[in-house]
Amino acid sequence: MTTPSPVLKEARYTWGGDEFLFVEVDESMSLAANFKVMSIARKLSDAALAGVVDICPANASLLVRFNPDVLPPSSLESSVRNIELELQNHDEQSLETRIIEVPVWYDDPFTAEVAQRFREGFHQEPDGTDLDYAAKVNGLQDAAEFIRRHHEQPWLVSMVGFVAGLPFLFQLVEREKQLQVPKYLSPRTDTPKLTVGHGGCFAAIYSVRGAGGYQMFGVAAAPIYDPAQSLADFEDFMVFFRPGDIVKFKPVTEDEYNAIQAQVEDGTYRYRQVPVTFDASKALSDPRGYNQELMEALNGI
Amino acid sequence: MAFEIKNPGLATTVQDQGRVGYYNVGIPQSGSMDQYSAELGNALVGNPATDAVLECTYLGPVLVSDADAIVAITGAPVEVKVNGETQPQWTRLQLSAGDELSFGVIQGGTRYYIAVRGGIDVPEVLGSRSTYTLGGIGGLNGRKLEAGDVVPVGAPDGDLPALEVMPEPFRPTFAKEQTVRIVLGLYDHRLTDTGKANLLNGEWKVTPVADRMGLRYSGPGVEWKEREQPFGAGSDPSNIVDAGYAVGSIQIPGGTQPIILHRDAVSGGGYAMVATVISADMDLVARAAPGTVTRFAAVSQEEAIVARKERAELKTKAWEAVGAKP
Repeated sequence: MTTPSPVLKEARYTWGGDEFLFVEVDESMSLAANFKVMSIARKLSDAALAGVVDICPANASLLVRFNPDVLPPSSLESSVRNIELELQNHDEQSLETRIIEVPVWYDDPFTAEVAQRFREGFHQEPDGTDLDYAAKVNGLQDAAEFIRRHHEQPWLVSMVGFVAGLPFLFQLVEREKQLQVPKYLSPRTDTPKLTVGHGGCFAAIYSVRGAGGYQMFGVAAAPIYDPAQSLADFEDFMVFFRPGDIVKFKPVTEDEYNAIQAQVEDGTYRYRQVPVTFDASKALSDPRGYNQELMEALNGI
Repeated sequence: MAFEIKNPGLATTVQDQGRVGYYNVGIPQSGSMDQYSAELGNALVGNPATDAVLECTYLGPVLVSDADAIVAITGAPVEVKVNGETQPQWTRLQLSAGDELSFGVIQGGTRYYIAVRGGIDVPEVLGSRSTYTLGGIGGLNGRKLEAGDVVPVGAPDGDLPALEVMPEPFRPTFAKEQTVRIVLGLYDHRLTDTGKANLLNGEWKVTPVADRMGLRYSGPGVEWKEREQPFGAGSDPSNIVDAGYAVGSIQIPGGTQPIILHRDAVSGGGYAMVATVISADMDLVARAAPGTVTRFAAVSQEEAIVARKERAELKTKAWEAVGAKP
């Protein structure tokens, strides 16, 4: 069985002024790097150090905000270094998390309309669509094949941020099968709320309307950020996604999208989700077989 | 009691000391951009430092108090008017029920603050009253003020301090030139020597693209080292695998215009940061208006922590100078 961490070198420690410690686990994105980031974040959170203000795990790095009046930088650094060392000797391979089905209306009119307004000077192919461009740069036959590749295999929420509740997602497939699409040449000033976007190897779901540079492929049917906390999935917190969540996108038609919208309106919508234990070593050694196992968990509910 | 908003001004929001602990899900700290000025407003009206104030940007609001109220206007220099008559800034003012507070043209800087005895009393969201407009939370309905809004003011919970006026030495300056202290780090190793020299020796100017999220500067640009980009990082040498952004960090997309992230920062993204403004100078950055000539001075983290202590001491002295308790 392969393990995620031996391929990773020691992390790079550097400072963001007097209040932030930045720990770069790897320059490159990988499941192993993200898993190590999440493990460090979890252990640091468990350590409950006085003076730690925010622990922000990202794709392949970790940002820690601290109050230097309470916690001297050197103490924080040695605590995190100890955690890193501990993980090397006693590697954690599994994560208690959940798999969530996220309905997406691919090739929808909302993102298409916005894309129309940002072509010349913004997009690599002003005369084409984002989906056609994504299919082309990935050597795929057409947009339909790209969409199929996008929802066939599940994704890991590798980071939450940019704006409130926006998940970055990393697909659980081999590196050579990763979908990669450059960002827009220049960022748009508008992106519809709940746009399913893509930049580099990451998917994202825009939690709020606003600026954005990711290619746009579709729109998620249900909210992922709900400050009013009106839906049951937001009872505990206004932000839906957490790092470590596993997401299976499910393509929906316009009618299905409208039906979900109606449920959101009357407050009855619930995401299909089920707790799973995610085993990073299995995900690395046999992604397809293991993904099948993960996705089957959704069939039982 | 409450303020009735006749005219909201350009971007008037409720702010306090900010919301910490949710940056990991992309919710920024928010809070008054110029914390020092906002806090001293609270000191003058006998509030605790944690009370919420109104942050005004360039064009202030026109508001009417529905009851007797005690206010103080601090921050950027601006003409303060009560029922059309000019009143001093950095001074405790008595408003009677029905009095109208309005403002003239800003004379420097960017933001000024209306502190009111009792504090702005909107509900706390995630532990703070600060408005985060992009996420639609905090403040009054998660947005900037609009005409017709009624802004609730809380009940006073302390004594008024002995002095009515903040002594001059404690008032910040709003100069057309600034030196901002930074700590190099994060991804500064990705800059060429020329790039680093440009950052530290160059003259930078605040562009009009400056708001609560961040300030963009124009200047000589910097140079990035060429390299084969790591997997997932994006194609430009200024790109990294999307990472968390330190508040105050400086990113230079494409190597052209540095951006300093401020209190409504996006919490992460794919641009390399090369330095971070020290916590003691974040208020200074917040005071910069477009056109402000800025130099970046590199200091060590130790020096940053000394500056942080000095700032805290200055604040304490200012509170004591008017006879208030911080």
